[in-house]
Amino acid sequence: MAITYNPMELMICCAARMLENGRTVAVGTGAPCAAAMLAQRTSAPDLVVFFEAGGVGPQLPTMPISVGDSRTFYRAAMATSMADVMETCQRGMMDYTFLGGAQIDAFGNLNSTMIGKDYRKPKVRLPGSGGANDLASLCWRILVVTNHDKRRFVENLDFLTTPGYLSGPGAREAAGLPPRTGPFRVITDLAIMGYHEGTKRMEVLSLHPGITLEQVQANTGFALAADASLTTTPAPSESELRILRDEVDPLRYIIGRA
Amino acid sequence: MPGNPVFLSVAFNSMTQPFFQGEGPLYADPSANRARAYFRNKPRALIDKVMSVKDAVTKFVQDGEYLAVGGFGGDRLPSAVCHEIVRQKKQNLTVAGHTATHDFQILAAGNLTGHGKLIAKVDIAYIVGLEARGLSPHARRVMESGEVESAEWSNYALAVRFKAAAMGLPFLPMRSMLGTDTFKKSPTKEIVCPFTGDKLLAIPALYPDVGVIHVHEADRFGNCRIRGTTVADPDLARASKKLIVTCERLIPNDDIRSDPSRTLVPFYCADAVCEVPFGSYPGNMPYEYFSDEEHLRNWLEVEEKPAEYQQFIDRYIYGVADFTEYLQLCGGLARLQKLRQEELLLNRGR
Repeated sequence: MAITYNPMELMICCAARMLENGRTVAVGTGAPCAAAMLAQRTSAPDLVVFFEAGGVGPQLPTMPISVGDSRTFYRAAMATSMADVMETCQRGMMDYTFLGGAQIDAFGNLNSTMIGKDYRKPKVRLPGSGGANDLASLCWRILVVTNHDKRRFVENLDFLTTPGYLSGPGAREAAGLPPRTGPFRVITDLAIMGYHEGTKRMEVLSLHPGITLEQVQANTGFALAADASLTTTPAPSESELRILRDEVDPLRYIIGRA
Repeated sequence: MPGNPVFLSVAFNSMTQPFFQGEGPLYADPSANRARAYFRNKPRALIDKVMSVKDAVTKFVQDGEYLAVGGFGGDRLPSAVCHEIVRQKKQNLTVAGHTATHDFQILAAGNLTGHGKLIAKVDIAYIVGLEARGLSPHARRVMESGEVESAEWSNYALAVRFKAAAMGLPFLPMRSMLGTDTFKKSPTKEIVCPFTGDKLLAIPALYPDVGVIHVHEADRFGNCRIRGTTVADPDLARASKKLIVTCERLIPNDDIRSDPSRTLVPFYCADAVCEVPFGSYPGNMPYEYFSDEEHLRNWLEVEEKPAEYQQFIDRYIYGVADFTEYLQLCGGLARLQKLRQEELLLNRGR
């Protein structure tokens, strides 16, 4: 019998597989936190999880609700300040971060500030940067986990809250951001994207089982090329799903959203 | 010429690049010298500062001032003071939107509800949202109405602003926000490092008129203990010209002196000390009680209908005498006992 899974479960498994053992990752609540917890229970037992409010290396007992709630430093190595966590990133010790946003463009820039054209009277006021701008500026590799649709994947952002590759090659360095940092992967319910070495534009690396490149392009508001070695995303394994369902998110807070 | 010529040989590559500054407004005076002049006259004596939340807000929060609220949104949140500021109908405050979730949601009850304009300006790093719980419809109405002015920041930038002020400096350099619209809508400025030639962002110090924090334990002089993450509170407390401390428990000064390494905010920062048990409700207080997700969900849902929301804030904020009455309305001791059991994971695996 074929293993069945939902898109959220697949996204979390994809994200978890990208986290190498012995590395550091700054996460928020939701899918990224589930991915880090799954990675710790599968391929990356020594992955160190950071939360921006100050939780460092927790042994998460349940899924946190807030990036600052007490679960984020349950049996942790340290409960510290936000500045300490961000400065760990600024010193170059944070390997990965997971971000999201209302809009993302071809260079991986993110908008979580507003929808509309008038800053003083926006159509929709969103929270703003929070810690996203800091994490995207200061961590080595930025991963984005999000649903894939044309409303989200846009040619032009209404507001550039958080830096991806900005306007293209060399733009981050010219802006003064730390060198060799930047967007790494985008994981959606349709595919996994990376960034072209030369142009720094998003490109499809692998299609999820049953998804075509045309489908991905139809749900993207900018031209999306496929990498030369385009592959199919491996489906979640039985053991990944068992750990995710039984240990990581037994109450289905995250995986139940799909 | 004084100085060592060796240093003059440093190549300033960045000098040939353009330098930008944000176009956003700067709401608080970053002058370290004017802050020093204020702090010179701040009382240092070991005086008893215990008072009610009502008295603290009456005495230390004035219309038109800059307010900074500690904690992380719904975690270790000084709820009672936020409620009292709304109840006393304070006007035209500037607010530091540093991870402002439920705190901003409470304060927004003073805008567009027939009580004037509580929030006039915001330094925004994070507002309107309650993390995974969703966006606050009323806070959105307030921010989308155009009646509130704002500047954009990141969470770390606001933490750096408190840190610069706590250090008694006018600014500190930082390496994020560069190249984005967040930077453009801020009043920050690009600078060159005098040693390496690297481009950096100058973040102005923030000396709030009044800071408010909620802690686990304090003595009557204002020596404070915090358990768990500190977020930005130790810096915020030092940066603030006036500081209101609320605490879960008042403890004897002898306890503080028996273990001074646990004091994270010293007495001379504090102007008022208010004992407010369950003072972070409906937020989480580490090792004490978990957040009341049911109440927070209800609050968000009610905001969708302005008429119902008006009744809701009349019932829970304007219509009660103090925070204790609010806690009673929310289920009192029985509810709080349940939240304590949840925080301590007592029912895990049962």
